[in-house]
Amino acid sequence: MASSAVIASHLSKRFGHGAHQITAVDDISLRVEKGEMFGIIGPDGAGKTTLFRLLTSLMLPDEGQVRIEGFNTLKQYKEIRRIIGYMPGRFSLYQDLSVEENLNFFATLFGTHIRANYDFIYPIYRYLEPFKKRKAGNLSGGMKQKLALCCALIHNPKVLFLDEPTTGVDPVSRKEFWEMLGLLQQKDITVVASTPYMSEAMRCHRIGFIQNGKIIGCNTPQNIREAFPWLVLSVRSTEMFRLLQDLRAYPDCRACHSFGAYQHIYLPKGSDPEDLHRYLTRKRHNDIRIKETDATIEDCFMDLMAKKGESDGH
Amino acid sequence: MKQFLAFVEKEFYHIFRDKATMLIILLMPIVQVLIFGFAITTDIRDTEVAVCDLSQSMESRELIEKIQAGEYFNVSERLLSPQEADNVFRKGKVKSLIVIPEDFSNRIALNENTAIQIITDGSNPNEANIITGYLQTITAQFAAEQHPAMQPPISFSAETRMLYNPLLKSAFTFVPGVIGLVLMLICTLMTSVSIVREREHGTMEALLVAPSKPLYLIFAKTVPYFVISLFNLAVIILLSIFAFDVPIRGSFMLFIGTSITYIFTSLCLGIFISTVSKTQQIAMIISLMGLMLPTVLLSGLMFPIESMPVVLQGISYLLPARWFIDMGRIIMIKGLGFHYIWIQWAVLTGMAGIFLALSVRGFKVRLD
Amino acid sequence: MGIKSIKQRLLRERKAIQAVNDGYVIQVNDLTKKFGDFTAVDHISFEVRKGEIFGFLGANGAGKTTAIRMLCGLHRPTSGSGMVAGFNICNQQEDIKRNIGYMSQKFSLYNDLRVWENIRLFAGIYGVNENLIAPKTDALLSRLGFMSERNTMVRELPLGWKQKLAFSVAILHDPRIVFLDEPTGGVDPLTRRQFWELIYEAVSRGITVFVTTHYMDEAEYCNRVSMMVDGRIEMLDTPRNLRSHFGVESMEEVFTRIARKATRNDD
Repeated sequence: MASSAVIASHLSKRFGHGAHQITAVDDISLRVEKGEMFGIIGPDGAGKTTLFRLLTSLMLPDEGQVRIEGFNTLKQYKEIRRIIGYMPGRFSLYQDLSVEENLNFFATLFGTHIRANYDFIYPIYRYLEPFKKRKAGNLSGGMKQKLALCCALIHNPKVLFLDEPTTGVDPVSRKEFWEMLGLLQQKDITVVASTPYMSEAMRCHRIGFIQNGKIIGCNTPQNIREAFPWLVLSVRSTEMFRLLQDLRAYPDCRACHSFGAYQHIYLPKGSDPEDLHRYLTRKRHNDIRIKETDATIEDCFMDLMAKKGESDGH
Repeated sequence: MKQFLAFVEKEFYHIFRDKATMLIILLMPIVQVLIFGFAITTDIRDTEVAVCDLSQSMESRELIEKIQAGEYFNVSERLLSPQEADNVFRKGKVKSLIVIPEDFSNRIALNENTAIQIITDGSNPNEANIITGYLQTITAQFAAEQHPAMQPPISFSAETRMLYNPLLKSAFTFVPGVIGLVLMLICTLMTSVSIVREREHGTMEALLVAPSKPLYLIFAKTVPYFVISLFNLAVIILLSIFAFDVPIRGSFMLFIGTSITYIFTSLCLGIFISTVSKTQQIAMIISLMGLMLPTVLLSGLMFPIESMPVVLQGISYLLPARWFIDMGRIIMIKGLGFHYIWIQWAVLTGMAGIFLALSVRGFKVRLD
Repeated sequence: MGIKSIKQRLLRERKAIQAVNDGYVIQVNDLTKKFGDFTAVDHISFEVRKGEIFGFLGANGAGKTTAIRMLCGLHRPTSGSGMVAGFNICNQQEDIKRNIGYMSQKFSLYNDLRVWENIRLFAGIYGVNENLIAPKTDALLSRLGFMSERNTMVRELPLGWKQKLAFSVAILHDPRIVFLDEPTGGVDPLTRRQFWELIYEAVSRGITVFVTTHYMDEAEYCNRVSMMVDGRIEMLDTPRNLRSHFGVESMEEVFTRIARKATRNDD
């Protein structure tokens, strides 16, 4: 392969002046290969949207540069805009136009026609087709996202940028959405997507954790999870809230967080779960269940966040 | 071109689906014409006038009685000489002074033309116009009665002089004014708001990231408003002609031509405002406070420019409506041709060019 | 206000307290809301016990928002009845509003006001006793560790902090129940968990929590969870029972199983 689909080197972007200056993107470098699905994972306000705007040539970085398929965002933005698809974080279609009118409009904008790319968008459009006369503003959250994806795909782009496509969408629609992205994968489109939902990270080839404008970790989900430096134990008892506090008081506890029906406690590798069991029994917990678990992406993110916080001196 | 048409189509959808706004846009010119039209034909009742009867003859007394007799006038002051006029007007009670010359009855007896003088307080030009008109009608009737046998009756030429506003504009000046106001509102305000709206709703992001040409986007925004403006122009003109008998003395086509120029300038101004405002609110405030208010007050629509302080006169030069209203009056009321308006026309066209150049330069292909 | 109306209000309050003491903060019977010929909420009935964390789940467009609006007295139900905090949702909306807290992801605090100004404002709106506002503000800020942020503009706070602050403000007037509409959307995982610890703390003070979320691990933290599909409540049970009912491991799967039944797709 000649070159990567996306190459960003040492990007920085600041807003505001003086004491109110905020560094939204802070020396970020990343490379996305052709055909790859790259996830940018991080909470609101971490700088995801600014990063996307820098990558899509909608903003210029204060420092650093971006190349999309070899084109520079500073000078060759016209070429870039022809070959990328972008779905902004905010719903950015016309609410007063119908599904069909929106699609037609964006198709014409790119000098193409729905029919020309019908096969391409069909896997997504088939969900929308029954509502094609409906105004976009009257669609549900999940449907709006699908329509936005269709509009971003209408010109058969080489690189697709999705800024938080699943935020505020219910779990089922979210799942469907990622399944659709999986289909695009087979058509050799490079996808760069961001999400605040850690569970979606597993669907990406590689992910980058972003926090306070910095990439604090970037690898395949598998490698990230395997590199987790602690032993993770899932713990349950009848009193979950008290359990959390007791676990945190456990001498070897590195950190402890709620994970659904369980609490995850991080202990140094090689710790004996039996010791913890005895400790909890002493604390009069009933129905104690402890099992060893693989770290989830969320465990990894929180651990990286905590480390980052320490090194920043908080 | 196809892209451009797609933009235009989309704009029409936006406008026609926003029923409330559409209704306002279409009704506004009608309401405005009616308001201005009726404001002018306000009844004149019991208006106080002064009389200076230098003739002191039977005929002059008859004329005064005739003025007094109707429901319109009340002769409240009698002056001994026309020089007292200034004093009377300054007190503000009396709106008009009728001066009957010394040789009034003699000339009537000799069947000669005679001239009575009507001096009217011109500070409110519309009112002054009506008062003068009524007084002229009464004197004309009087003349006809004096010489029933004469065909045609010898008329008194009523020599009219306006105080404070010597070049009184016709009462019908409101028509170019309303056109100026309505078109400004539609072209400038609506255009600027609709471009800024795309930015605020986030749709601009999707447009920018597509290979769309900024010029197309901008011009497409103006097309529907251009069409609506033409429609409104027609409504105003028809309404003025048929409901208020406003004449168009000059060339009709020339008037339409200047109106289109004005529409174009207003659209360019609207685009320009949109490039400098970040939110719809700001665009709205600039258009309403920065443009509508000065247009209403300073463009000569309500108050004659000549009687304004020099500073305000200077500001009025910056208002496109001022130039348009000027042209409109010259064509409609004075009935003059292009030769007399080319300066105004050139100014308007120049303004359009400047706004357009600034907007195209200021249009951002990125978000920051 | 006349003596009579004060008397009436006190009577209503006493009745309400009685109802709450009986154990239910929310009781809803066949609640229905129609918009034209569209039934947004279709005969839902449920109870929420005092001190409970009640998860209100459902896909986008299932009718959650409409249901919450009815419970908060913002929408009048088309039919059916209900009591919230002891007051009738059909005709005692104003009493309800005084006795509930509300916070949503979309609107929580005014961005252009400082932290203390927001607290002051909402304390005022909910009629917190003037003398109590200052000590309550201090207690709130120190509990959150926000003392140094007292004069910060809310817009400068990270989202997670803002949501924690908004929650604390929503329960400042010690409401009987607090409604949380997707309070943690987009918040980082660490702060999300801190947020839930605040919820537990509020519950320990006797406040009932009614919460919607799209994070399925959070559904697990609720005492009971209801699942809305097409305007109806399809399932209502403890997370544990729901999981074993479907024989699945996580709430995510429970949600998927139930939501797949949906036939309608839009609000």
